[in-house]
Amino acid sequence: MERLRPGETDVAEEKRHPVVETRDICKRFGGTQALSGVGVSLERGEVHAFVGENGAGKSTLGKIVTGLYTADSGRLRVDGRDVERWDPLRAQRCGIAMIAQELSLVPELTVEENVFLGVEHHHLGVLRPDLGERFARLEQQAGFGLPPRARVADLRLADQQKVEILRALAREARVIVMDEPTSSLTSDETARLHELIWKLKQQGCTVVYVSHFLDAVFEVSDTISILRDGRLVRSGPVAGETKRTVVEAMLGRQLESTFPERPPAVAPDAAPVLEVTDMASTNGVRDASLCVRAGEIVGLLGLVGSGRTEIARAIFGADRVTRGSVVLDGEPLTSAKPKNTIQRRVAFIPEDRHGQGLVLERSVRENVSLATLRRFARMGVLTSRAEKAAVTHMVRSLDMRPPAIELPIGSFSGGNQQKALLSKWLLGDPRLVILDEPTRGVDIGAKYTIYEAIAELARRGVAVLLISSEHEEVLGLAHRACLVSDGCTRGEVDPERTPIDDVLFRLFSIQERKEQPA
Amino acid sequence: MTTDLVSAEPAPAQRTATTTRTLYVMRDYAVLILLGAILVVLALVSPSFFTFANLMNVANQSAPLAMIATAGTFVIISGNFDLSTGAMFAVGGVSAAAITVATGNPWLGLVSAPLIGLVLGLFNGIAVTTLKVHSFLATLATSLVFSAIAVLITGGSLITVTVPGFTDLGRQRVGGVFLAVILLATFIAALWFVLKRTIFGRHVFAVGGNSSAAELSGIRVSRIRISVFALSGLAAGLAAAISVSRIASGQPQAGLGMELEAIAAIILGGTSIYGGVGAVWRSVAGVYLIALIGNGFDIMNVNPQLKNLVTGVIILAAVALAAAGNRRR
Repeated sequence: MERLRPGETDVAEEKRHPVVETRDICKRFGGTQALSGVGVSLERGEVHAFVGENGAGKSTLGKIVTGLYTADSGRLRVDGRDVERWDPLRAQRCGIAMIAQELSLVPELTVEENVFLGVEHHHLGVLRPDLGERFARLEQQAGFGLPPRARVADLRLADQQKVEILRALAREARVIVMDEPTSSLTSDETARLHELIWKLKQQGCTVVYVSHFLDAVFEVSDTISILRDGRLVRSGPVAGETKRTVVEAMLGRQLESTFPERPPAVAPDAAPVLEVTDMASTNGVRDASLCVRAGEIVGLLGLVGSGRTEIARAIFGADRVTRGSVVLDGEPLTSAKPKNTIQRRVAFIPEDRHGQGLVLERSVRENVSLATLRRFARMGVLTSRAEKAAVTHMVRSLDMRPPAIELPIGSFSGGNQQKALLSKWLLGDPRLVILDEPTRGVDIGAKYTIYEAIAELARRGVAVLLISSEHEEVLGLAHRACLVSDGCTRGEVDPERTPIDDVLFRLFSIQERKEQPA
Repeated sequence: MTTDLVSAEPAPAQRTATTTRTLYVMRDYAVLILLGAILVVLALVSPSFFTFANLMNVANQSAPLAMIATAGTFVIISGNFDLSTGAMFAVGGVSAAAITVATGNPWLGLVSAPLIGLVLGLFNGIAVTTLKVHSFLATLATSLVFSAIAVLITGGSLITVTVPGFTDLGRQRVGGVFLAVILLATFIAALWFVLKRTIFGRHVFAVGGNSSAAELSGIRVSRIRISVFALSGLAAGLAAAISVSRIASGQPQAGLGMELEAIAAIILGGTSIYGGVGAVWRSVAGVYLIALIGNGFDIMNVNPQLKNLVTGVIILAAVALAAAGNRRR
C-alpha cells in the first residue's frame, strides 16, 4: 500500500486514467473482514495478477471489480470516474467481465448459445441465424476448437471454462477478471490460455489473473498485487519479484518445503486394502486394475478426460461396475452403492466441490457431520454437543479459517471448503480414502495442510488413492502411481525416481499410440 | 483477527454493517415482523380481537391447514412439491365418514383417515422416485387421481355422519382448549424436533440442498423423498379427520385449493422454494399470518371482497421484505 502505484504517476503526468481503480475498499462477510482498505489500479493492456492465500480476499476483490459483490465502503473508479451503483450488468456495459472459478453457464444450452447468451443478434426479437458464423469468427481468434453445437453439460470442466472465456470475448470485454482460470486445465491447455491472454493484451485488453499458481502468474503477468488477510501487502511490477518473495509476502512468514515427508514405504507383500481387477464401468472405465495397501498412497496419473475420476467413482459405487472385481479387505464389494461402500469405511472426496461435495446453504457443522451422523445420534436423535465437539476438533486440526462452524459453508473460500470436505470424511475413520483433485482451487498455504493431512492418513495406516491434474502432487506424495488413459490403467511408475517430463511423455505417447490406429 | 480490524475502521463502514445486519434480520424474520404488526394493529382496532375466545377460534379453524403446511415444510426443504395434499385431504375425509357410517365406530373411521393419507403419500413418493419425474408434475397427476377416488367413494354427494362421538375430535375441548389445537401443537412440536434434531431431518436438508452431495455422503436420497411425501400424506389425512369430525360430513370437494394455500404459507414463512433452507415454525407463522388477516376482516366487519386483495398485498410485502435483505450481498 505504501508503494506508489503505477497508475498514479500516469494520472499525474499524462492525464490518463487507469481503466479500473479501487480505493480503500472494505468488505465484510458476517464475522469475517474479507477486505480492508484495498486500493489497486488496473492499467490498459496489462495482465494484473491478484495473488494470496485462501481467504486473503483476492477473489472477493475480483468480484467487487466485476460487480458481483458490493463493497461496504471505499470507491471504485472506472476510466477515472467514480461509479455510484455497480452490479454485473453495469460492469458488463463498461466492458468488464468475470470468468468465475465456479462456472456460470446454462448447462442445457449449446456452446454457441451460451457464448452469445444475452447478446444475440435479432430482428424485433426474432433471432438471426448467424450464430454459427459469429461463433466461427470468435473461434478463429481464440483457437479453442470447441464444438459449437455440443451441450455445455456434456463438456469437461476445462472446456466449459473456455466457453466462459469466449463469452467474455463475445462481449468485447476490455477488462476480463479470471478467477483461478487454470485450476481445472492441463498444462497444455494452460499454455493455450496464456497465449490467448497475450493476444488479448496486445489488443489493449486488461486481464486480471486471480490465481495462486505462481508459475502461471510469473509467466503471464505484468503487475502483481499480493493480498494477505484482506489487506494489500504490495502491488508492483512482476519484474521486481521472485517466487520466493511473493510466497513469503502471501504467507507473512518464511517458506516451508513443498511436500511433507513421504510416509514410510509399505512392504510389497502386505495384504492390499483395495484390489481392483479388470474393472469396467457404465461411465467409461474400460479396463482398470490397481491395488492399494494399508498405509500406502497410490496416485493415478492421467490427462484430464483419461478416466481417472471415473475409476474412482466406480470403486466408490457411484457408477455401476459392469465387469471385473473390486475387492476391499479381501471381501468383494458387490451391490456397491455409496451407502454400502461408506459402511465399509471408504471415503470419496469428489472433484466438483460445489456440485457433488457440499450443501452450500448449510453450516460447516452440518456439512462435516453429514456422512457420519449416526455416530452423533441415539435412535435417530442427534446430540448436538458431541457433534459440535467432533466437528470443531476436526476443523481446528486442519486449520480451517475462521473456525466458525455455524456459518454456511458457501461463505468460505475454496481452500477452506476443501478442508471442510476433508474433515467430513476423516470423521468416518476410513480404511480407504479416495481423493479427486484435493487441491483444486486451493492456495499454497492450505495446500500444504492438505498434503500433511494426506500423509498423516497414510501414517495411520489408511490406504489412499490420490487423483490430481497437478502431476507434481502425485509424484511428491505417492508411493506408487498408475498411468491412466482412455479408461484403462497402463502400468505403474515410481514417483520418487520418475521426473515429471517423463510422466508427461509417457502419457502423451500412450495417447498418440491410441489415436494412430483410429 | 477481526476485532481489531473493526475498531480500526472508519465510522461509515460501521454504519453500513449495522444496516446490513438490520436487513438480514428483516430477511430472516419478515414473517414474524408482519405477524407482530398485525397482532398489534388488530388489538388496537378491535377490543374483541385479543380475547381468548377469538384467538382460540383462529387457532382451531386453521389447525388442518397448519398441519398440512407443517409437513409440507419437509417436502419443500427436500426440494420437492406436493400438489396433492388437497386431494388426499378429500380422500381422507370421505373415507373417515364412509367407514364410520359403515361400521358405526367413529374412532375407526377417524383413525383410518391419516392411515389412508399415509398410503397415498407413499404412493406419491414412490411415483416421484421410480418414474423420476419432477414432483410438481407427478403430484399434479396424482391429485387428479385422488380427487376422482374421493368422488367415487361418495358417488358425488355428501356423506353425513350422525354416529355419536364422531364430532368429538373436531369440537371437543380439554380445559377450554380445542382438542384439535392440542393435537396440532403436539404435531408441530414433534415435527420441529424431527427436522431440527434427528438424522432424518438433517438428511432432508441435505437432499434439498444438494442431492448429489447427499448421495455421495451415503444418504439414500430416494428413501428420504418417499418419506417426506408419506409424511405429507399423513398430515393431510390427519387434517381431514379433524375437519370431517368438525362438520360431521364427508365432502369430496373439501380441500380444494388447500395445497396451494399450504405452499403459499410455507414460502411466506421464509422456507426456500429451492430447497435446503427452512423451518417448521416459519410455516406455522405463515399459516397464522394469513389466518389473522382473515380474522381481522371478520371481526372488523370489512367488506370481505377485499380480503384476497389485502392478503395478496401482505404476502407481497413479506416477500419484498425478505428480498430486501437478500439483495445486499
